[in-house]
Amino acid sequence: MPSGDGSTKSSTKTSKKPQYSRFTQQELPACKPILTPGLVMAAFLILGLAFIPIGLSHLSASDNVVQLIDRYDEACFPASSSNPEEANGKRISYIQDDKTDKTCTRNLTVPQKMKQPIFVYYQLDEFYQNHRRYVRSRNDQQYRSASAERKTANCDPEAEVNGNPIVPCGLIAWSLFNDTYSLSRNDIALPINKNGIAWESDKTSRFGSDVYPKNFQTRSPIGGGKLNEKIPLNQQEDLLVWMRTATLPSFRKLYGRIETDLEENEIIKVVIQNNYNTYTFSGKKKLVISTTTWIGGKNDFLGRVYVTVGGICLLIAITYIIFYLVRPRPLGDPAYLSWNKVPASN
Amino acid sequence: MTSQQRPLLIPSPRTPGQEELPYTPVPGDSLIPISSYPKPTSGMDSNSQIEINENSYQVPGFVRNSSSHRSISSIQSKTSSGHSVREVNLSEMSMRTVRYGSSGTDFGGVSTSYKEINDEDARLVYINDPGRTNEKFEFTGNSIRTSKYSVLTFLPRNLFEQFHRIAYIYFLVIAILNQLPQLAVFGREASILPLAFVLFVTAVKDAYEDYRRHRSDKIENNRLAWVLQDDKFQQKKWKNIRVGEIIKVYGNETLPCDMVLLSTSDTTGVAYVQTTNLDGESNLKTRYAKQETQTKNPEKERITGLIKCEKPNRNIYGFQANMDLDGKRISLGPSNVILRGCELKNTDWAIGVAVYAGRETKAMLNNSGAPSKRSRLESRMNREIIFLSIFLVTLCTIVCICHGVWLRRHKDELDLMQFYRKKDYSEPEVENYEYYGWGMEIFFVFLMSVIVFQVMIPISLYISMELVRVGQAYFMIRDDRMLDKSSNSRFQCRALNINEDLGQIKYVFSDKTGTLTENKMEFQCASIGGIDYSNGKDITDNGQADNLVQADGMVLRPKMKVKVDLELFNLSKRKHTDEGRHIHNFFVALAACNTIVPLTIDTSDPSVKLIEYQGESPDEQALVYAAAAYGFMLIERTSGHIVIEIQGERQRFNVLGLHEFDSDRKRMSVILGCPDKTVKVFVKGADTSMFSVIDKSSNANIVKATEAHLHSYSSKGLRTLVIGTRELSASEFEQWQSSYESASTALMGRAALLRKVANNVENHLNILGASGIEDKLQEGVPEAIESLRMAGIKVWVLTGDKQETAISIGYSSKLLTSRMTQIVINKNSKESCRKSLEDALLLCKKLTTVSHATHGGPTAEVSRLALIIDGTSLVYILDTELEEQLFELASKCAVVLCCRVAPLQKAGIVALIKNRTEDMTLAIGDGANDVSMIQKADVGIGISGQEGRQAVMASDFAMGQFRFLVPLLLVHGHWNYQRMSYMILYNFYRNAVLVLVLFWYVLFTSFTLTTAITDWSSVLYSVIYTSLPTIVVGILDKDLSRTTLLKYPQLYGAGQRQESYNSKLFWVTILDTLWQSIAAFFVPLLAYWESEVDGSSIGDLWTVAVVIMVNIHLAMDVFRWYWITHAAIWGSIIATFICVMIIDAIPVLPGYWAFFEIAGTKLFWVCLLSITVGALLPHFVVKVIVQYSSPSDLQIAREAEKFRSPRELRHTQIEMNPIFYDRRRT
Repeated sequence: MPSGDGSTKSSTKTSKKPQYSRFTQQELPACKPILTPGLVMAAFLILGLAFIPIGLSHLSASDNVVQLIDRYDEACFPASSSNPEEANGKRISYIQDDKTDKTCTRNLTVPQKMKQPIFVYYQLDEFYQNHRRYVRSRNDQQYRSASAERKTANCDPEAEVNGNPIVPCGLIAWSLFNDTYSLSRNDIALPINKNGIAWESDKTSRFGSDVYPKNFQTRSPIGGGKLNEKIPLNQQEDLLVWMRTATLPSFRKLYGRIETDLEENEIIKVVIQNNYNTYTFSGKKKLVISTTTWIGGKNDFLGRVYVTVGGICLLIAITYIIFYLVRPRPLGDPAYLSWNKVPASN
Repeated sequence: MTSQQRPLLIPSPRTPGQEELPYTPVPGDSLIPISSYPKPTSGMDSNSQIEINENSYQVPGFVRNSSSHRSISSIQSKTSSGHSVREVNLSEMSMRTVRYGSSGTDFGGVSTSYKEINDEDARLVYINDPGRTNEKFEFTGNSIRTSKYSVLTFLPRNLFEQFHRIAYIYFLVIAILNQLPQLAVFGREASILPLAFVLFVTAVKDAYEDYRRHRSDKIENNRLAWVLQDDKFQQKKWKNIRVGEIIKVYGNETLPCDMVLLSTSDTTGVAYVQTTNLDGESNLKTRYAKQETQTKNPEKERITGLIKCEKPNRNIYGFQANMDLDGKRISLGPSNVILRGCELKNTDWAIGVAVYAGRETKAMLNNSGAPSKRSRLESRMNREIIFLSIFLVTLCTIVCICHGVWLRRHKDELDLMQFYRKKDYSEPEVENYEYYGWGMEIFFVFLMSVIVFQVMIPISLYISMELVRVGQAYFMIRDDRMLDKSSNSRFQCRALNINEDLGQIKYVFSDKTGTLTENKMEFQCASIGGIDYSNGKDITDNGQADNLVQADGMVLRPKMKVKVDLELFNLSKRKHTDEGRHIHNFFVALAACNTIVPLTIDTSDPSVKLIEYQGESPDEQALVYAAAAYGFMLIERTSGHIVIEIQGERQRFNVLGLHEFDSDRKRMSVILGCPDKTVKVFVKGADTSMFSVIDKSSNANIVKATEAHLHSYSSKGLRTLVIGTRELSASEFEQWQSSYESASTALMGRAALLRKVANNVENHLNILGASGIEDKLQEGVPEAIESLRMAGIKVWVLTGDKQETAISIGYSSKLLTSRMTQIVINKNSKESCRKSLEDALLLCKKLTTVSHATHGGPTAEVSRLALIIDGTSLVYILDTELEEQLFELASKCAVVLCCRVAPLQKAGIVALIKNRTEDMTLAIGDGANDVSMIQKADVGIGISGQEGRQAVMASDFAMGQFRFLVPLLLVHGHWNYQRMSYMILYNFYRNAVLVLVLFWYVLFTSFTLTTAITDWSSVLYSVIYTSLPTIVVGILDKDLSRTTLLKYPQLYGAGQRQESYNSKLFWVTILDTLWQSIAAFFVPLLAYWESEVDGSSIGDLWTVAVVIMVNIHLAMDVFRWYWITHAAIWGSIIATFICVMIIDAIPVLPGYWAFFEIAGTKLFWVCLLSITVGALLPHFVVKVIVQYSSPSDLQIAREAEKFRSPRELRHTQIEMNPIFYDRRRT
C-alpha cells in the first residue's frame, strides 16, 4: 500500500507487545569507574614506581654496550684538495673507476672489554633508503620463485637489460652495498661470521632457493655490489639484509659477527674495500663494532623517557596528595553543583 | 431543492461545488490543511474550536491570520469585493510562497483572476471511455512502482544516488588520484577497498529494501477490482485499470485509484470512507455522488460524459472539476472524489470513474519522506572540518615546499643517487625516469600528500555518525518510558539526523489543544436562558437518566457517557414551560447544528446497539453526546433531514440549508424545517462573534447573565460556545432560499457569496445559552513543564484559544503561578502595541533593578514575569520593527503565552527566536495547525493524537504524550548530545593522530611520502582498528543514569551551554593530538635511532602503538563499561594485532615477517608501554585536575550517583531545587 507505507510500519511496530529487556532499556549491568583521589594517587604511584626501575635498568643496559664507530669515507680517500667541489669531483671519479685499488686500512682501539658476540655493522648516513622511489622499486614475486623471473613490475629503471629480466630487479638490489671489511688483531685475522645475519624468514620463504642472479649489474651505471650467480638469492645474506630497507636516512646494517672477545685497548686493524659510492650525494659511511644487550645497541633515550615519566608521575602523586590534604572535596557533594553555588555566594 | 443540494450536509465541503477553493475545508478532521506540503493552509486553527466548534471551516481565516502585516488590507479586500476569486489566488500563491507568517511574502498575484479550469491545465476524462480518454495523452496506468530500481538500472542509479554524498565524492577523487601512476602512494586495491566496501554495503542494503518494495508493489498491482467491461463489472487487476474506466468498489475494500463518485448503494449517494492510510485519521468521512449520476446504473444504461479536472496534484483535500453529463454541467469538489488507499466503509458499494491512476494518485504523490534537517552539532562540526582542511592543506604545503627545496639542493646529484636514479639507462636513449621537472614533482608531491593525509578529514565519521544515530534511535524507540500505553504508540524517530539536537533545546513551543490537553472534549456545563447548570454528576448508574431509545425492538444507547445535571435533566422534560421550551431549543441546536454522523454499532447484546457520533470536531461530538444524554438523541442524518429522538419521541427535521463555519464569521448555522412547520435558524459560534449578532434589546438580562457565565467558564479553562436561534418568517425564508440557491450555484465567488447569505440570515438572534466543554489536561503535564523549566528550558504555549482559556490552562499546567507578574498585550493597532511593549519593557527593567537592589540576583525576579500576547497584537508586531522589542521582552519573561494565534503566526514566533539567537528551538504539536511551526523549529515533535497525522508527518520525532518530552530531552537528548559530541571530537583526534604520525615520518624521507605504516594498515585503521569502539560508545555510553538526570533537570544545562562540544574543547583536543602524535612517533624513532631496524618493523610498532593509544584514550573517557564496550575496545586492539600479523605473513609484501621479528624483542614492548603512558599522561592529568578542582555538575552528579546513598539524595533534593528555594526565600 503506497501511502500506507509509513502507517503499516508503525502499526506493526506498535502492535508488538513491549517486552522488557535490559538491553533495550539501556539497563545492562555496567561498571562506572570514577577517578577517586585514592585511585588517582595509586595510579600515579604505581606508574612512578614501576617506570623508574625500568628506566634505570634500561639506562644501565645501554651503558653496558661497548661500541666502536669509525667514519671512513673521508679518511679512505687518498688525495684531497682545498677546493671542496673539485675534491668531490675527484672522489666521484675515484670511486667510479673500477681499476683503482680502493683498499684502505684503519686502526681502531677497543675502549672496553667487549664480550662476544660482537656485531659488525656498516652505517650509512644521508642515504634515503626510505625514499619513495627507492622503496617501491622491487618485486618480491620475482625474488621468490624462478618461474616469476619475468615479473619485473615496479622495478624500473632496473628491470631489464636488452629485454632480459634482471634478477634481482629493482633499485634496491641494484644499489647493494659492497664495501668489505676484514679485521685483524695483532696481525691475526679476526674472522667475521657472515652466516645468519639475515632473517630466517627471508631465507626460508621470502627469497627463493631456486632463484639465481641474472643479468645483474651488467650495464652501466653500476649501483653497487655484484652477486655470485651460482648462489641462490636466499643464500646471499648481504643482499637479504640490504633489501630490508631502513627506516631512516641514517641506518646501520649488520655486516657480520665476531665470535671472540675483544680486550680493552686492543688495536683492531680494519682493511676496507672502499667500493660504495656515497660521494655523489655526500653520504657518510661508518663502520660500527658493537656489543648488544636486551635493548639492542647503545641508546639511552628510552631509559631517560622512563625515568622522566616515572619521576613526573611520582611528582604528580605527591602534589596531588598535598592538594588533597589542603583542599579536600568530598565526592558527589551537592553543595558544589552550580545551581546551589549561586545562593551561597549571595 | 434540498435534495439537489445534498452536498450541503456534508461534513465538510458542503458547499456545493467548490471549484474555486482548491484547499477547501475538508471533511473530517479535515481541518487540516495539508500541512506538510507547501500548502495553503492554514487557516485552520483547530484550537479555535473552543468557540467555534467547527474548527474545520476556518479556512479563509488564514488569509487574515497568517501573515500579519498584510492582514488588514487583505481582509478588506475580501469583505468588500466578496470575490472568492481573490481568495483563490491568495491561497494558490501562498501555496507556493508563504511558509510561515513572518516570511512576509507579498501577494503579488492577487490581481490575476481565476478562470475555471483552463483546458491546458485540465485533464479530460471521458467517462467509461478509457480509449478516448487516453488517446491524446497517455495517462499513467494504475500500476505503481515504489521501487527505485530495476535489475538493469540498479547499478548506475544506486551509485549515482550514493555519490550524492559529498563524502563519497571526496573518497572517490582521492581513490582516482591514487590510480594515476605518478601518484600511486597506496596500493591500488588498498585505496579502493574502503570506498568499495562502503558502497557495497549500502548497495546491498538498498537492494534488499528495493526488493521488498518490488514485492509489495507486485502484490498491490495484482489486486483485483471490479471494472466495467462490456457493460458488466468484471474483475481486473489493479495495474490494468485505466483512467476513464468505471469501477465498482464494495464495502471494506480498498480503493484502487482516485475516482469521482458516480453512485453508491445509499439512495442519497453517500459513501463513507476511512482515510487512515492517507492522513491517519480514523474517523469516517462522507463523500457524495452527484444526484445526476446517482440514479444511473452503468450496467444497464451507458453513461457518457466528460470530466474536466485539474492536473494531478498532491493536495488531498482539494479537487476541482466539472462534469459534462447529458448536456448539463455539474461542478465537482473534493467531496465527490474518493482517493486511492482509502477504504470504503459502511457502504455496500460505490461506483466511480477513475480520474487519476497509479503514481498520479494523490496518495502516491503524497508519498514522500519527512523533511531533512541538519543537526546543530553537525553544522558546528563543519567549522572544525574547515579548520582541519586548512590544517591538511598546510601539512601538504609544508611537505611539497620542503620537497622542492630538497630537490633543488640535490639537483646535481639526482642522476647518480642510488636511491633516486633520475635517469633511465635501459633504453639506448637515456631518458628521465619518472621525473617531470621540478615544478611538476612538487605538484605531484602535493597531490600525493593529500592522498596520504586524506583521513585528516574524517570521512568515516559521517558514516559512524549515521550508524550511531540509528543505534540511538533504536533505544529511543524501544524506551518503555516513552511508550503510550493507552494508544500503545511508541516513540517514532522520523528524522535520523538530529538526535543530538534534543540535548540542547532552550525553547519549547507547545501547542495547547491535544498537546498539553487531551483533546477529548467533555461537556461540563451549560448556561441556558441565563441560568447556570453546572452540577453535572455521573448518574448513569441509577437508571434515571439512562436514556435509551427503543426503536424497532432495539435499544439505542450513546457510546459515551456524559455527566448530567439533574436539575437541567428534569427541566428538559417539561416541554410547556417557557424554560422548558428554551431548554428544548438549546438541545435541538446542540443536536442539529453540526455535521456529526451517527453510526450504530452492534454490541454483544443483540437487542442493544450503541450509537456513536462520528465527526470532525471533538467539540461537536461532545455537544451531541451531551444532547443525547439529556434526551435529545440524534439518530439519523441524511442529506436532507435529520432525525432526533426527543424524550422518546422521534422527530424529523428537514435540513434546508447549512452555512459552514468560516473564520470570518466564526460561527456556523443550520436552517431547519421543524416538525411544527416553522423554519428556524440555529447558530452556534464563538462568543465574540455571536454577541454581535444577538438581539440584545429583547433579552438583555439573559445576555448579561450568559456573559457572566461565559467568563466564569473560560476562567475555569472551559471552551465555550454560544448558541442562538431565530424563527424565520415565510418571506424571510424565501428570500434566503433564493439567494442561497443562486449563491451556491454561482460559478465564481461562491464562497464569498455564501458567506454573505449567511451573514444576512444570522442576525437578530435570540440567545439560547452557552455551553462549556472541558478540554482535559494530559497526564503529567504540570510535572513535565516543571521539569522543563528547571532544566532551563523556556516553555512557550502558542494556542488558538482565547486569552482567558489560555491563562486558565496556564495555571492548571503550572506554567503560570500566582506569584508571577502578568504582562498582557492585546491591542488593535500598531501604535498601541508599541506603547504596551515599551511599557512592559520599562516594567521589566524596574523589576530587575528592584530585585537587584533587594536580592542581588536578577534571574529569580525576572523569571516571574509572564507575557500573554494575542494573535491580533502579533499581527502588528511580527514582521515589523516591533519584533525586536517583543523579542527583548519575551526573552526576559519566564513564560510566554500566545493566544489566538494563527498557524503561520506560530511559525513566525518560532522564527522570532530562531533568527535572533543561537538557541535551539523545539516545537511540539498535534494538529495541522502546528505543522508550520514544527517545520520551522530546529526540532519538530508531533503528538500522535486525536487530530490526525499531519503533525506527525511533518515532524522529526513523534510520540504519544507531552510528558514524554521530559525523558526525551532530559535523558535521551542529554545522552545523545553528550555521546555525539564526544564521538566527533574523538574522531577528529583519532584521525589526526594517524595523519600526524604519517606526517612526522614524511619529514625523514626527504619529503617523498613514504609511509612506514603499511598501506593496508592505514586503510584498515579507520575501518577495523578503531571504528567499532567509538560507535559502541556513541550508542551505549551514559554519563549519568536516567534517575539522576530526571532528578536534577538542571543537568540538562550542559547541553544548552554546549559543554561537550565547543571551540575550546576542539583546540584542546588538537593540542592533545599533537602531543600524542609526537610521543607515538618520536619515542620509537629515538629508541631505534641509528639501529639496524627496518622500516616495516618500526612501522608495525607505530601502527600498534597508535591503535593502542587511541583505544585507551577512548577507554579513559568511557563512563560506563558494559561487556559490549569491553569487547569492542579490547577486541579492536586484539583485532589490530591479528590484522598486522596477517599482513606481515604475506610473503610478497615488503613487510614480510617484520612484526614477528620485532615483537620478539623486549625493546618493542618497552617502547609500546612508554608510548601509551607517555602519550596519555597529559590527557589523564588534565582530566584528573579538572575533575577534582573544578568539577562540572555532571561530574558531581556522577560521583553522587556512585557514592551517595539514595536516601541522602532525597534529603538534599530540596536545596537543589531552585523553585523550592525561591519559595523558602519569599
